Amino acid sequence: MNRLPRWLLLALAIAPTLGLLVFYAWPLAALVAEAVTATAITDTLGRASTWKVIWFTAWQAVVSTLATIVVGLAPAYVLARYEFRGRTVLVGLLTAMFVLPTVVMGAAFLALLPDSLDRTVWAVIGAHVVFNLAVVVRVVGSLWEHLPTDMDAAAATLGASRWKVATQISLPLVRPAVTAAATIVFLFTFTSYGVIRVLGAPGTRTIEVEVWRRATQLGDIGGAAVLAVLQLVALIAIVSWSTVAQRRHARAIGLLPASGRRRPRTVGERRFVALVAGAALVVAAAPLAALVVRSFSTPTGWSAAAWSDLGKTEIRPGIRIGIDPAEAIVNSLTNAAWATLFAVVIGALAGLAIVAAGRAGRALDGGLMLPLATSAVTIGFGMLITFDTAPVDWRASWWLVPVGHALIAVPFVVRTCVGVLRSVDPAMGVAAATLGASPVRAWRSTVVPYLWRPLVVGAALAASISLGEFGATSFLSRSGGETMPIAIEQLLGRTGSILQAQGFALATLLAATTVILVVIVERLQSPLTGRVDP
Amino acid sequence: MSEPRRYGVFAHRSRVVALLAGASLLAAACASDDEAASTSTDAAPTTPTTTDTVTLVTYDSFPEADTSLNDALVAFTADTGIDVEILVAGDTGTMLSKASLTAGNPEGDVMWGIDDSLLSRAIADEVFEPYLATGIADGSVDIAQEFLDLVPDGEATPVDFGDVCVNYDIGWFAERELEPPTSFADLVDPAYAGMLVVQNPATSSPGLAFLLATIHEYGLEGWQEYWSRLGANGVEVVDGWTQAYYERFTWAGGGPTPMVVSYGSSPPAEVIFADPPRTDSPTGVIEDTCFRQVEFAGVLRGTDSPDTARLLVDFLVSEQFQQELALNLFVYPTNQAVELPQEFTDFAVAPETSRSLDPEVIDAERSTWIDEWTELVLG
Amino acid sequence: MNDHPGLDVENVSVSFAVAPAQAAGGAETSTGRNLVLDGVSLSVESGEVVALLGPSGSGKSTLLRVIAGIVAPDSGRVLVHGADVGNRPTHLRGVGMVFQDNQLFPHMSVLDNVAFGPKMAGVGRSERTERAATWLRRVGLSGFEERRVTDLSGGEAKRVALARTLAAEPAVVLLDEPLTGLDRELHDRLAVELGKLLRDAKVTALLVTHDHDEAATIADRTARLADL
Repeated sequence: MNRLPRWLLLALAIAPTLGLLVFYAWPLAALVAEAVTATAITDTLGRASTWKVIWFTAWQAVVSTLATIVVGLAPAYVLARYEFRGRTVLVGLLTAMFVLPTVVMGAAFLALLPDSLDRTVWAVIGAHVVFNLAVVVRVVGSLWEHLPTDMDAAAATLGASRWKVATQISLPLVRPAVTAAATIVFLFTFTSYGVIRVLGAPGTRTIEVEVWRRATQLGDIGGAAVLAVLQLVALIAIVSWSTVAQRRHARAIGLLPASGRRRPRTVGERRFVALVAGAALVVAAAPLAALVVRSFSTPTGWSAAAWSDLGKTEIRPGIRIGIDPAEAIVNSLTNAAWATLFAVVIGALAGLAIVAAGRAGRALDGGLMLPLATSAVTIGFGMLITFDTAPVDWRASWWLVPVGHALIAVPFVVRTCVGVLRSVDPAMGVAAATLGASPVRAWRSTVVPYLWRPLVVGAALAASISLGEFGATSFLSRSGGETMPIAIEQLLGRTGSILQAQGFALATLLAATTVILVVIVERLQSPLTGRVDP
Repeated sequence: MSEPRRYGVFAHRSRVVALLAGASLLAAACASDDEAASTSTDAAPTTPTTTDTVTLVTYDSFPEADTSLNDALVAFTADTGIDVEILVAGDTGTMLSKASLTAGNPEGDVMWGIDDSLLSRAIADEVFEPYLATGIADGSVDIAQEFLDLVPDGEATPVDFGDVCVNYDIGWFAERELEPPTSFADLVDPAYAGMLVVQNPATSSPGLAFLLATIHEYGLEGWQEYWSRLGANGVEVVDGWTQAYYERFTWAGGGPTPMVVSYGSSPPAEVIFADPPRTDSPTGVIEDTCFRQVEFAGVLRGTDSPDTARLLVDFLVSEQFQQELALNLFVYPTNQAVELPQEFTDFAVAPETSRSLDPEVIDAERSTWIDEWTELVLG
Repeated sequence: MNDHPGLDVENVSVSFAVAPAQAAGGAETSTGRNLVLDGVSLSVESGEVVALLGPSGSGKSTLLRVIAGIVAPDSGRVLVHGADVGNRPTHLRGVGMVFQDNQLFPHMSVLDNVAFGPKMAGVGRSERTERAATWLRRVGLSGFEERRVTDLSGGEAKRVALARTLAAEPAVVLLDEPLTGLDRELHDRLAVELGKLLRDAKVTALLVTHDHDEAATIADRTARLADL
């Protein structure tokens, strides 16, 4: 009797559900339909390059994941266990690296590495490692934070040396977190697109890049669809396996609330902490620093020409490369404004519906999370081939790209809203009811006002996602409507000309904007629920 | 870390931040709307304000402003009251890919520059609304029959032609006392290692033309080996012609590579724009590598102003426009009434025989060839 | 057995740098450091069980940590059976410790926990399994070998912690508030058992507590931290 009326729940849920069905489920179905034709399948699977691409995608993901774990374990431990000057800065820096748009990370590495290493597989793997360090640090570190510190001491009193403590106690205890982090990193690197396109040699192709190439450059829609579906199947398999495996190995470790961090006490500890933190700082900061520096390096020497000429991409008077960087900035901002609006509205409605609707709410929640698990390229490609005939020929609509961005941003908005809404004490609603408020009014006055803060956080997240989105946009944007990431990728390909310096300048702008948005998010963490982690 | 006392301060600050952020995003959105309304080509001050606009989609070596070609378009506007907006879409291959994906809901009204080796794909993807310029039908515009034969159903209108050939920097070779190559075989000679830049046939029509030329020379079974050797000999691949010519080529781009796949009619540009002026061409052409290329203009299917589009296509083959092609795009006009400027004919290299392949074979094998080429050369 | 005392603490001083507002107990010096232990000296004979009394926050646990090598003192020495262990890391001191919250390893079974010490000492699998089983019997937990650590009750966990420390056969055993937090009945029963266990094993033991009765039941001798 105190539950919200059906009509209200329906009203809340209808827009998100419709949006999900029309813009996600339908394109996905169209993609599968396109792929499941005999000729497309036999042609694609019969082509040797298909298997080469699949093999490359898999092994570079494995190597990237292993490398990230290895590189990230020590920083995770140090940041979880020790308190030292500059700790919060380092954590913030690593987080900033993680939310940077993929093209910016690619650009930063292009700027950092000497020409001989540019566009090699190792550059790509290096970029993957730096990109995903934050995952290891956060996921493994947060488990480490909750492990009692005295456990290491207890092991020592039983005769375990430092090495034995690490191998017998510390590492086995964080293994579930390591596996979780490894799965996430593997998924990200498997579907790597922006980094590969910017940093990889023309022949370096993951499945994502190959889908894009076949669809847009060769016009082989069927072949591209087969690859996209293959990747989808692989992703589903990986995620299912990891969920099952984790459930099997998860055991309640009896986590304590976060143990206090302490300052390093012995000389050895101080050296260790300094070494690890210093190395992490260099690894995280060097690419961005290189990016800024290279934007001032033109073929005629050091100058700010790339910045001042940002509106012109003239090769010869009257002849341009077809992308106007200044226009790209405006396009990106416009798309971001609309995408944020869409994401915030849909996310708020969905968040309210999910919290109020129990089991059906969980289904909606899961459904809205799906676009995150689907690669951006698949989303964009699906939308492109679905909305191409009347009456749904929306290819030229100004709102198509923002909708694509919103699809990817909504899960983040929903997560922040649901987290806060769920922590609202239901006793308040009961109190309101005893004061004479109907269920709807009680809900409106005790639950809805809490949306304000998570929506601001969600808006900042949505904006940064939209600004940096590359995969779906590379399918959906039209000539003249290119966004900053697309412009960056085009400009960076022009090695040795001022256009490349402009690419670095644009990438720096995009990086700065993303970082500012992330700072806004971090500053607005709700004191009620602690960290607002997407 | 959580201090309830500060909640009030945060709430206030967060509102201000949110309002500012929202306001700035809205401002950007409004600004871009204004921008979109005013992106058009230069309009000469005397042109009356018009309400009709036709968008010409073209490749990236087509000048957007400041040349006599653009002045001709301004004259068109003055005559018809229709504004011409130029939309640059990348090299031809990229332009076609975008057109294929947007067929039926095009990015513009008229497309300039699709060539004969890519035409079959455009037709198969239903990019065009068939239209042959009225001047051709009624005989007022004289175009060679060989070009018209390429569009038997009048799908598009032939507008220019040329030969895709390897250009080389004469001075660069002279300085090193190296004889420039004269044939395909020379290009794989280690003496010329790392000296050639080509374009990706998937994204560039001269790139595709060059690939077809090698297929013509070495046959359906032999071209693969040739390209393996070219790859081993350090050939550089870029996406488009402007990048190859204006960035990587030593003469025109100040880059590191003295040979580039370009046009037989590219040398005149280097004489005309030379500073200080010169009377001889600084670039030469390897005639053995030349491959005939014909370019077309067509009405894009699904345009909401087909009539204005057709008017523009008619203009594109008119003498008034075609006479500007030679010195701006450095191609030969198809309109035979146009007299070519002296500087052009003096320095443009028109080979005795230019290679070409049967359009039907190209149509059937093109994707396979591009796929194979990608495997061989890009890896 | 030699005639050096089992455990010797000589003039140990420990101070922590803390923000003055957070200093709790102990004398506060003008430099903003909290003097937790001030020149503490203490001797425990071989085989003797000594209880150290003091209120919460008086530094008793810190003293144990200094002896175990977890915390480094500002000054003073610690000798185990006459040898100065100041330079040795914890795992080489031969000092076992039962922590107030047990610190059982959750990813290992009860048996593996108890066998951990012998494993670190290089004892072979079958022998250490036997040793662990023996100690589990002595603490009254036969049959608990394969149980998961997280499934144990408070009293059971405490006994496992005890068995684990003793199975490592350390030269000195430290116990940090071993019975604090257990309910009354369990507390009294365990106090008697603990005292018997320590005496039967003839270990040199130092336990800290704030409970007089507990100290009297378990230990041979009681000392007050404030007097040292």
